[in-house]
Amino acid sequence: MLRFFLAKLLYLIPTFIGITIVAFGFVRVLPGDPVLLMAGERGITPERHAELSAQLGYDRPFLIQYLDFLGRLFHGDLGTSLVTKKPVLTEFLALFPATVELAVCAILIATLVGVPVGVLAAIKRGSLFDQISMTGALVGFSMPIFWWGLLLIIFFSGTLGWTPVSGRISLLYYFDNVTGFMLIDSLLSGQEGAFRSAASHLILPSIVLATIPLAVIARQTRSAMLEVMGEDYVRTARAKGLTQRRVVSVHALRNAMIPVITTIGLQVGVLMAGAILTETIFSWPGIGKWMIDSISRRDYPVVQSGLLMIAAIVMIVNLIVDLTYGLINPRIRHK
Amino acid sequence: MTDMTPERLSTWTIRRRMAAEFWFYFSQNRGAVAGLAVFALLVLTAVFAPLLAPHDPILQYRDALLVPPAWTADGSAEYLLGTDAVGRDILSRLIFGARYSLFIGIVVVSIALFGGILIGLLAGFFGSWIDAVLMRVMDVILAFPSLLLALVLVAVLGPGLTNAMIAIAIVYQPHFARLTRAAVMAEKNREYVVAAQVAGAGRARLMFKTILPNCLAPLIVQATLSFSSAVLDSAALGFLGMGAQPPAPEWGTMLAEAREFILRAWWVVTLPGLAILVSVLAINLMGDGLRDALDPKLKRS
Repeated sequence: MLRFFLAKLLYLIPTFIGITIVAFGFVRVLPGDPVLLMAGERGITPERHAELSAQLGYDRPFLIQYLDFLGRLFHGDLGTSLVTKKPVLTEFLALFPATVELAVCAILIATLVGVPVGVLAAIKRGSLFDQISMTGALVGFSMPIFWWGLLLIIFFSGTLGWTPVSGRISLLYYFDNVTGFMLIDSLLSGQEGAFRSAASHLILPSIVLATIPLAVIARQTRSAMLEVMGEDYVRTARAKGLTQRRVVSVHALRNAMIPVITTIGLQVGVLMAGAILTETIFSWPGIGKWMIDSISRRDYPVVQSGLLMIAAIVMIVNLIVDLTYGLINPRIRHK
Repeated sequence: MTDMTPERLSTWTIRRRMAAEFWFYFSQNRGAVAGLAVFALLVLTAVFAPLLAPHDPILQYRDALLVPPAWTADGSAEYLLGTDAVGRDILSRLIFGARYSLFIGIVVVSIALFGGILIGLLAGFFGSWIDAVLMRVMDVILAFPSLLLALVLVAVLGPGLTNAMIAIAIVYQPHFARLTRAAVMAEKNREYVVAAQVAGAGRARLMFKTILPNCLAPLIVQATLSFSSAVLDSAALGFLGMGAQPPAPEWGTMLAEAREFILRAWWVVTLPGLAILVSVLAINLMGDGLRDALDPKLKRS
């Protein structure tokens, strides 16, 4: 297992170096002067231009700049925001829990609904339930989630007035930031109604973010189950006289889950992309909104490091998924 | 190969039989046929947009702001689906928007397909370090969430439709490269390839004429999936202000402009999104049908 782990880790090193090159180089290798790009349409005086170039180190050779970037990276220095003048890492760490909270809720919804729906659809293949749920999954998979979010706001916040339109919690509540997760912090604060407020802010964004992963997981679970149900060991289990319930839950489901777990893991990248849109629509103060705001403010140190951090997170999660896969399925590990 | 059969069929007959077989399996899937019908309708709408649209899509009727659709109490028969905040006819904008979506899909898939096939063929055919380097580069692109990488690329290249299409194509291209490479690796030691090689076929001929046609099935399916993703992602970029720029009647851009009216005028928000959903759904339905019809493993079972 250790060898498997090390081999996977080694394999990631070139990819990680590639990611740093992309994140570092995206402003520099493409046509255009990064300082002019940052200045935008307002323009910039030659003096200020030279000053900024020197300050950002753009007047030095490309390779030196890159090595310097890597060196600072390994010391945990991700640069400073041009707009807020705060270290990028500090900003990232402050906003990251909001995105994690949203993403965890979304993946929970997607898994807890998607897997049972997929299993049921597979068992009752061709039934009305199968047809409706798989049509629903295809619609979910084709959904422009930014529009879906707006529709939910129109209906639940506008027409019914059940949920708030934006933010993480009502301004009426104020408490210490202990874990950074609003649901937990509001409970810890002991204030009446705080948890309710946090949950009602979270529900619509989580549903929106969960939509595409839910569709993918339901479809994947169904096809994995169908494949497994045709295997010899399932037939054997049936022949032994086991109940349908036991055959499905013990013999089929356990094996069908292997590809499904990979699928769930792969949704993390999808979630990060979805978070950009979801957070924008619901003004959710997380990493996605931060990236979009920084892109439109031309805050390149933030964009650069944010891109790097997000790619690194996706990579690490995929590594964990690979390792879990190796744990459940020894055949992979010994290949 | 055809000499093995008693009667020698002309290329034309073989093609026709293949097409007939394909259509037989494709038409088994009712969803796929429905998807194809909607897609055909979409293509017709895009082609004949100037004839179909009742109004100019960017003309502003200043005396008819936010008119609701014709079937509502305050609606007007003049504007069937209502008007937006500056008095443009929504139906006409949606009709012209079909052009954008199809154009974006075609351009993105063509660029990604061309680049991906070339890279995949090179990597799979030559192997060794060329393969290693190319595939690591593809891994790097795949490490980023696609929409995020596209956004950053567009931010650097400058917002706009052309740059959005280039960015999305770059982000999609590794999928085609990987598929082509895998197919080439599976095919290149097969007997027909060795036979062609012995017969004196050059490298380019082996790559493009001998191997490539036998790798097409997964690529076609991926191309359909990418087409729908391209429509979605370009609409998302438009929505975030990084794709087609106003006043272009692109569906995502229309949604972005409509955002502030969501609680006042439902039609400006609902309709463009519905257009995106229906188009993407139709293409995905077609993709499912294509996969069933082209995947020999499913066919036999």
